[in-house]
Amino acid sequence: MEQKSSLGLAVIGWLVAIVMFFPILWMVLTALKTEQSAFSMVPEFVFTPTLESFKTALSQNAGYWHYAFNSLFTSVMSTLIGLALAIPAAYAMAFYPSKRTDFTLVWMVSTKFIPAVGVLIPIFLVYKTLGLIDNNWGLIALFVGMNLPIMVWMVYSYFKDVPKDIVEAAEIDGASTLATMFRVILPLALPGLASTGLLALILAWNESFWSLTMADHNAATLAAFIASFKSAEGLFWAKMSAASVMTVAPIIVLGWFAQKQMVRGLTFGAVK
Amino acid sequence: MAVVELKGVAKNYGGAHKNAKAANAVENFNLTTRDGEFIVLVGPSGCGKSTTMRMIAGLEANTDGEIRIDGRDVSQVAARDRDIAMVFQSYALYPHMTVYDNMAFALSLKKVPKPEIEQRVNDAASILDITHLLDRKPRALSGGQRQRVALGRAIVRDPQVFLMDEPLSNLDAMLRVDMRAEIIKLHRKLGVTTFYVTHDQTEAMTMGERIVVMRDGHIQQIDTPNALYHAPNNVFVAGFIGTPSMNFLKMTLGGDGKTLTGQTARMVASSERQSIEAHKGRDLMVGVRPEHLVLTTDEAAANLIKGEIDVVEPLGSVTMVQLEVDGHRITAQLEGDTSVRMGDAIMLTCDSARLHLFDAETEQALPRHEHRTETA
Ligand SMILES: Nc1ncnc2c1ncn2[C@@H]1O[C@H](COP(=O)(O)OP(=O)(O)O)[C@@H](O)[C@H]1O
Ligand SMILES: [Mg+2]
Repeated sequence: MEQKSSLGLAVIGWLVAIVMFFPILWMVLTALKTEQSAFSMVPEFVFTPTLESFKTALSQNAGYWHYAFNSLFTSVMSTLIGLALAIPAAYAMAFYPSKRTDFTLVWMVSTKFIPAVGVLIPIFLVYKTLGLIDNNWGLIALFVGMNLPIMVWMVYSYFKDVPKDIVEAAEIDGASTLATMFRVILPLALPGLASTGLLALILAWNESFWSLTMADHNAATLAAFIASFKSAEGLFWAKMSAASVMTVAPIIVLGWFAQKQMVRGLTFGAVK
Repeated sequence: MAVVELKGVAKNYGGAHKNAKAANAVENFNLTTRDGEFIVLVGPSGCGKSTTMRMIAGLEANTDGEIRIDGRDVSQVAARDRDIAMVFQSYALYPHMTVYDNMAFALSLKKVPKPEIEQRVNDAASILDITHLLDRKPRALSGGQRQRVALGRAIVRDPQVFLMDEPLSNLDAMLRVDMRAEIIKLHRKLGVTTFYVTHDQTEAMTMGERIVVMRDGHIQQIDTPNALYHAPNNVFVAGFIGTPSMNFLKMTLGGDGKTLTGQTARMVASSERQSIEAHKGRDLMVGVRPEHLVLTTDEAAANLIKGEIDVVEPLGSVTMVQLEVDGHRITAQLEGDTSVRMGDAIMLTCDSARLHLFDAETEQALPRHEHRTETA
């Protein structure tokens, strides 16, 4: 009985994984094709791989490194700033809850229900006035705002998992609020904080809506890099795939290394 | 070392919390310790023991009354500034620190010089016999070892007051008895005023210099173990202290102020210990401990309980029997080699001096003459 059902689960698991993975595989394959074969109506599975598209995408005028730097800078900065804001906020809510703490949490997450286009115009106008359009810090502010609710919520739940007795023991041992936070709670919540940071980094790195609308050239990220290969005429699928591969590769590599960490962090309370 | 005074201390958790009750969790708590005294708080779960401890620690603000440590009113003082050490039921060790760092934590916060910290941690560790564990993390320790580390973390600070909230209840029975003795030894050695919470009356009796019996947030009696055993203030204390529990029979005091009659039991009350004159003709709750009942064949005995045995528990050194008398469950602790069986009709008697008399309505003990007790 059990054997059968776990076999069934394994089959379903593999199917889902293949369905999810196929587009990525196809993208990688396309990136290795010539433009002609990438455009071929009959999908070609067998072909002679070429790095031509990567070369074009990396060429000076395409400017991969410029976009990559912007992506890296905005996602790292927004993650650091996000953590710096989320940690104290979650700390207050977890350890000094008030009557409105639950409401605040729900309210924060509810801001995620608003579609980004819904606030595009007001934010665009505000940014225009402030001169934040096509500016790295403008994007960073948006990414921070975008990720903060999830970050606070996650950090909050990791803090909640720190046993209350331990926090009280530190208090009785003479620790100030700051000492309790830095010497007891943060070290204990470290795996959780790391997963929160990773998630924020990935979300910011992959962000495309704001990156494409609020940045033009100076602050443009890899999303714009990919989009720049789209053109009204000529063949561009292979080049665009190559650009996409170069965009997702760092995050996939990072995800690969952080896999264990991520699973541990994301399932923290659940597996206790 | 310090004298701790609690005057009219009360705690009301208020409506802020979803489990809050209208009634106070602790009410009108009055107690003044001696310097270096070992006080045990005992009572059933939910009676307010932890709340009282947490108020002394400063983890919970008292909503009424005052708490003084060596005369200083600490009601407004934060937990970290009260110079109190606490041992938690869960031990609450810092999981990411070694045993050494757990013990050194409070001292390093106080900026005690490193060599002195090392000295003090090593001293405490050797007292508790945990020197070989200093480099380990808590998760690599057994329950008993964690318990020792928790104690070590408390004693290394040399605080004014120790608070221990059911520190042994996560240990198995054998270890618990050992640690009990060890904590008492430690207390003798260090002489720090200690509050110890337990719901186990045996633990309370063996450890406490004075015991505070609590129920529903109210102190029932504060006394030495002996006084609690021999002169309980009320039916609750009488039933709570001592194992097996005291037996109670509802009986009517005759006009002579002596004879007590129930349906199948009769007793002669002695007015030597408690004044009973005022209760002539009224119902009393008569208490007698299982260990004070003995088998008799003398049908004319002054104190007589008759019944049929329905439970026999041979424990080797003693044999426990239970019978139903006038609708009350009566337990008698008989000699180990008594040959009784279920269904036997037996007669039990006891010394009149062993009877505890309580007002049937208020459940308070009738006033005592001798055996002076200091009650709150
Ligand atoms: N944080 C709290 N909020 C509301 N009520 C509480 C809180 N802590 C304890 N209580 C209530 O106070 C009473 C006493 O609890 P407690 O002091 O923990 O009892 P004990 O330690 O003797 O088992 C209980 O009725 C409990 O439900
Ligand atoms: Mg308790």
